[in-house]
Amino acid sequence: MSNLNSAHNCAVCPAHNPGNLKKLGINMESSDYVIALAGNPNTGKSTVFNALTGLRQHTGNWPGKTVTRAEGGYEFDNKKYKIIDLPGTYSLLSTSTDEEVARDFILFGQPDVTVIVVDASRLERNLNLVLQVLEITDRAVLCLNLIDEARRHNIEIDVRALSKELGIPVVPAAARQGEGIPELLKMINEVATGKFVCKPHRITAGSKKLNKSVEELSIKISELYPELPNSRWIALRLLEGDQRIIDAVKNGDLGTLRKQNTVSELPEAV
Amino acid sequence: MSGIEINKKESLLAAANNMRWEIGENFHDTLMESIYADAAVIAKKSVLKKGKKEYTGWEQKLDKIVTSRIFGLPLMFVMLAVVFWLTIEGANVPSAMLASLLLDDVHPLLKEFSAYIGLAWWLDGVLIDGAYLAMAWVVSVMLPPMAIFFPMFTLLEDFGYLPRVAFNMDNLFKRAGAHGKQALTMSMGFGCNAAGVIATRIIDSPRERLIAIITNNFALCNGRWPTQILIASIFIGAAVPAHIAGVVSAGAVVGIAVFGIFLSLVVSWGLSKTVLKGEASTFSLELPPYRPPRILQTLYTSLIDRTIFVLWRALVFAVPAGIVIWLVGNVSFEGLSIAEIFVNWSDPFAIFIGLNGVIMLAYIIAIPANEIVIPTILMLTVMTAGIEGAGAGAGVMFELESASATQDILTAGGWTLLTGINLMIFSLLHNPCSTTLFTIYKETKSMKWTIVSALLPIVMGFVLCFFIAQVYRIIIG
Repeated sequence: MSNLNSAHNCAVCPAHNPGNLKKLGINMESSDYVIALAGNPNTGKSTVFNALTGLRQHTGNWPGKTVTRAEGGYEFDNKKYKIIDLPGTYSLLSTSTDEEVARDFILFGQPDVTVIVVDASRLERNLNLVLQVLEITDRAVLCLNLIDEARRHNIEIDVRALSKELGIPVVPAAARQGEGIPELLKMINEVATGKFVCKPHRITAGSKKLNKSVEELSIKISELYPELPNSRWIALRLLEGDQRIIDAVKNGDLGTLRKQNTVSELPEAV
Repeated sequence: MSGIEINKKESLLAAANNMRWEIGENFHDTLMESIYADAAVIAKKSVLKKGKKEYTGWEQKLDKIVTSRIFGLPLMFVMLAVVFWLTIEGANVPSAMLASLLLDDVHPLLKEFSAYIGLAWWLDGVLIDGAYLAMAWVVSVMLPPMAIFFPMFTLLEDFGYLPRVAFNMDNLFKRAGAHGKQALTMSMGFGCNAAGVIATRIIDSPRERLIAIITNNFALCNGRWPTQILIASIFIGAAVPAHIAGVVSAGAVVGIAVFGIFLSLVVSWGLSKTVLKGEASTFSLELPPYRPPRILQTLYTSLIDRTIFVLWRALVFAVPAGIVIWLVGNVSFEGLSIAEIFVNWSDPFAIFIGLNGVIMLAYIIAIPANEIVIPTILMLTVMTAGIEGAGAGAGVMFELESASATQDILTAGGWTLLTGINLMIFSLLHNPCSTTLFTIYKETKSMKWTIVSALLPIVMGFVLCFFIAQVYRIIIG
C-alpha cells in the first residue's frame, strides 16, 4: 500500500479520516458523480460494491451471479456518488445480454469513473477486459482485488509499474476484509474531480492498414461528435459492423450522449 | 438536424463499410490478438514474482475428487442428503415451540381481544382465523427448516462448490442439446425459479436460453423444499422403522431433487430435438478458487437474503390466501361450502391419479406462492373431512404440535402413502408460481412460451401421478 500513497500527501488525504465515508445504501436522491463497477466474473465486484455502499447485495463465489445492474450510493468528502454494479464479463466484444448491459452502460451511461475490479492472482487474463474498457473510457481506476489471495500464492505485483503502463490509478485491495477500500475511495475521488488525469493505454492494432483505417474513421467521428471521448473505439466497432453502434450513429444517440446523470434514462437491459 | 450532418453520417458509415472489406475478414481475430499481446506485455512488466503454484496442492486434490467423473455426482448427492437430513432432524423442536407460542398463546389472546372490542363474527373470522392463522402457520412451519437449510446452502456456495456442480453437469446438458451454462441457471433455480430465469441472460443463444427458461421449473425452489421435507418425513419416514426414518426421508427429498434434474435434461433434450432444434454451443467455465467461507457474514446474508426474503414472501401471500381459505370454507350454496363443492367435484379425477380434491384446490389457491401449499392443504383437509377436535370450526387454521399431529390429520382425511408420494411429485411438476411466470413473460416477451412453460410441467405432473397411482394400486392394492 505504501507504494500507492508515497506519491501523495498522507496527512491531508481524506481517506485517513473514516468519518468522510458515509454509506448511503440505495437512498440516493441526487448524485454528484456516477461510478460504474466493471470486471471479469468472480473477481469480487459485488463485494467491493457492498463495501462502498453498505448494501448487502448477495455475493456468491461463482461466475455470472450479477446479470442485471445493481445501484447504490455513498458520500465521500462531501460529494455524493452513485455506484452501479455491472455484470461480470470477459470481454466487451461479444453479444450476450450480460455483456451488452456492461458495455452499453460504460459507453452510453458515460460514468464519471469506471472502476475495473480484477483478480490480482489472474492479472494477465483480466487485463484483456481492462484494455477493452480503456478503449471506451478515459476515466478509470483499477482495483487490484483479492490481493490477499495473490500474496498467498506468492504473486507480487508492481503497482506503480502497472499504473504507469495502464495510465490509470491502481489500488490493491482485499474487499472481503475491507483492505484497500479507503485508498480506492480516494482514487475514485481524484479521478472524478480531475485531480488525477488518466492517460489510458490504447491497444496497438495489429496491422498498418487497420491503424490507418481507425485513424481516418476516428477523425470523421470527432468532426461529427467533438465531445466524444472514445472516437477510436467507435471506429473499431463501426469497422466490425456492430449494428448497435451503427444505429447509434444513424439516429444521433451518440451525439446526445454528453453527460447523463440519471441512470434511469438509460436503455434498459434487453 | 441539418442536411450537412446527415451527409456526414452517411459518408462516415459508407467509409466504414468500404474499409471493412479492405481490412479483411479476420479483423476481429487480429484485434483480439493485439489485445492479448498487449495484456501479456503489461503483465510481464508488472507481475514481479509469479507464484509457482497458482493452484495449490489441496485445492487441486479436492477438485480432482469433487469434479471427478466417478465420484463427482455421487458426492454431490451425498452432500445434498446430509444437508436435508440435518434440516429434517433439526427443525422439529423449534417448529413445535413456535407453533405453541403463536397458536396456543397468541391466538386465544387475539380472539379475546376481538370479543372485547366486539368485532363482527365474519371480520373476526377473516382476520384472526383466516389471515393471522395462515401467517402463524407459515412462520412456525417454514422458519425453522429455512433457518437451517439456507445457511448451509449459502456456505457451500460461498466456498465455491456451485461452479463445480455446474462443471459436473455441463457435459450432460451439452449432450441434451442445451447450453452448459444451464447447469448454473439450474443451480440458481434451486434457490428461486424467478431468479433462475433471470440468470439465463448469461446464455447468448436465444434457442438455448429458451430451453433453460422452460426447464428451470424442474429445479426445486425455496418455496417447495419445505413441502418436500415435511411430506417426506410424514409419509416416507413413517413407512420405515423409526431409527432410519430420518435418513430415508432425506433420501426421498434428494430423490425428488435428482429426479427434477433428470427431467430437466430429458425435456431439454426433447425440446432441442423438436421445436427448438440446433447444436449446443461451446463455452468455457472458469472454476473459481475455493475461498474460506466467512461464517458470520454468510449467516447474516442467508438470513436476510434467503430466509427472511422467502418468509416475507410467504407471509405476504399467506394473508390474502388465509382470507380466501376462510371464505371458501364459510361461504356456502345449498348447505355446502365453496371448498366442499370444488373438492367433491374434482375428487373423482384427482383420486384417479392418486391425489385428491383438496390438493387440487390448494394448488389453485397457492398459485401466487408455493410456500403456502402445505398450510392450505392442512386447513382444507380439516374443513372438508370434518375432523373433530382439530381446529375450531370451518376455515380455521389450527395448531399442530408436531409432524405426527400433522400426520394424524392427513390420515384421517383419507391420505395414504400414495397421496404422499404423488404430492411430492406434483409439487415438483406443476405450473411455476405467478412471480416466475411473470418473469418468464418479461424475459421471453412471448405469451406462447410463457403458456408452454406453465402447461408443460402440469401435464407431465398429471401423467406421472397417474402412472404412479396405477403401479401403486397393482402392487399394494
